[in-house]
Amino acid sequence: MPGSQHSALGSLVLISAVVGFSVGAFAYTAGWLTPGRLTPMELVAALAPPGGPALGHRRNHAKGVCFTGNFEANGNAVALSKAPLFIAGRYPVLGRFNLATPDPNAADPTVRVRGIGVQISAPDGNVWRMALIDPPVFAVSTPQGFYDLLEASKSKNPDAMKGFVAAHPEFAAFGEWASKAPWTASYAEVTFNSLNAFIFTNGDGAKNAVRWSLRPETQPVTIAVEDFAKLGPNHLEEDIIDRVSKSPQRWTLVLTVADPSDPTSDPTKAWPPERRTVEAGTLVVEKIEQEADGPCRDINFDPTVLPDGIEVSDDPFPAARSAAYARSYDLRTSEASQYPRTAASAKP
Amino acid sequence: MTGITTRFSSAQRLLHWLMAVGILAMLFIGVGMVSTIGQRYVALLVTHKTLGILILVLAVVRLVVRFISGAPALPPDLPLPMKLAAHLSHLALYLLMIAMPLIGWAMMSAAAYPIVLYGGVRLPPILPQSASLHAVLWSAHFYLAFAFFALVVMHLAAALFHGLVRRDGVLQTMLPGK
Repeated sequence: MPGSQHSALGSLVLISAVVGFSVGAFAYTAGWLTPGRLTPMELVAALAPPGGPALGHRRNHAKGVCFTGNFEANGNAVALSKAPLFIAGRYPVLGRFNLATPDPNAADPTVRVRGIGVQISAPDGNVWRMALIDPPVFAVSTPQGFYDLLEASKSKNPDAMKGFVAAHPEFAAFGEWASKAPWTASYAEVTFNSLNAFIFTNGDGAKNAVRWSLRPETQPVTIAVEDFAKLGPNHLEEDIIDRVSKSPQRWTLVLTVADPSDPTSDPTKAWPPERRTVEAGTLVVEKIEQEADGPCRDINFDPTVLPDGIEVSDDPFPAARSAAYARSYDLRTSEASQYPRTAASAKP
Repeated sequence: MTGITTRFSSAQRLLHWLMAVGILAMLFIGVGMVSTIGQRYVALLVTHKTLGILILVLAVVRLVVRFISGAPALPPDLPLPMKLAAHLSHLALYLLMIAMPLIGWAMMSAAAYPIVLYGGVRLPPILPQSASLHAVLWSAHFYLAFAFFALVVMHLAAALFHGLVRRDGVLQTMLPGK
């Protein structure tokens, strides 16, 4: 019957349309139809040096060394957050000192930014991971700005950085720090900063925006970068191994509480120095291990891994970092054979 | 045409449609979250984990109900290749409904991520930490997700084919009504 043939054809067209729409919506969601969307894949790819990434290693902050120790909470921060690891007590810590470079073999004096990854575990399963760096402010206001910075710094166009700086006036404070801040010759003398703001919620439900720092107990000794270079390409690692073998190294966890008027979404803007601070406890680094066999090797210090009582704020970076760190982690764990473990360094 | 008139039980139909929404949402959230660095990433990830566990629970319940209630027979005049395709694709769908959440959970475990769902609900790891296991499970989760989506789209197209072209009552077995 021609009528039913006609309707069967119409039905097939309808079915094709449903399939086409479904596949199209899926492709759109996956970003395949929007090449302009900045994806974790592109952001991580942009970190790679011209010769390509170091396979099996973190795509950024690739040079590092593992540590273990404890966080000794003094109980003061319970007023700010109900996170169980702020209740006075000792909580196991796993961490990593690192340099902000995609090259795991970079010489220490060639890397301006130093970092620390920390994981604090509470007995009830709550885990707090963080990755802090030593500049007092971040370089750019948005993840897209960070991508633009990576592209500009790698560009063969000699005016690329000039163009970037002109387009990103917020870069000035970081640029000033990078060119003028004094160097030190030890991880033990570095103050590490969260830069990103997070929301702390206490037991009564009161919320505060908080940034934090790890302030060393060791007094920093500044050194000219030329003199630092004379100490060798791996001095920071050798130094921290030596120091920790003699005695545990300590940092105070200092929480800075925002005023309601302070910007929480822009890590290039420091909060006024008179803001209230709370000393939450002490990070005690007790043992250093080489990364190749160390416990930090396959840990992703994702800053959105947070305990109850801490959550992300309107700062766009923790989400972007989480997405990019996951991409880096997925890549490097699939390349693990390229970064062999060395049984020799596994001895205690 | 007199098709099959029996339907799946109302519990089976409820489970089917709940899971249809859940699984489609899951697949879209999955491809969406791995391709964004936006602030929604954090919420998408926790939704993906929570919904995944929910789907795992519903899939187990559904299998039990299926063994108890059975399923309406396919039309006797359905060509053998289509019958075979129907049986195999349903087997694959059931396998994926159960395997995908388990692979995701295992993958998170092997990476030593804390597994935190909505409301701060914490799940224990189901595997020890292992970079090589993580790499294998990650690939499985990634590629099976596309296979799962392809199967869901084929399932949808086949259901519409039964309902609009063959009009053999197969679609009606899963539609609301008495």
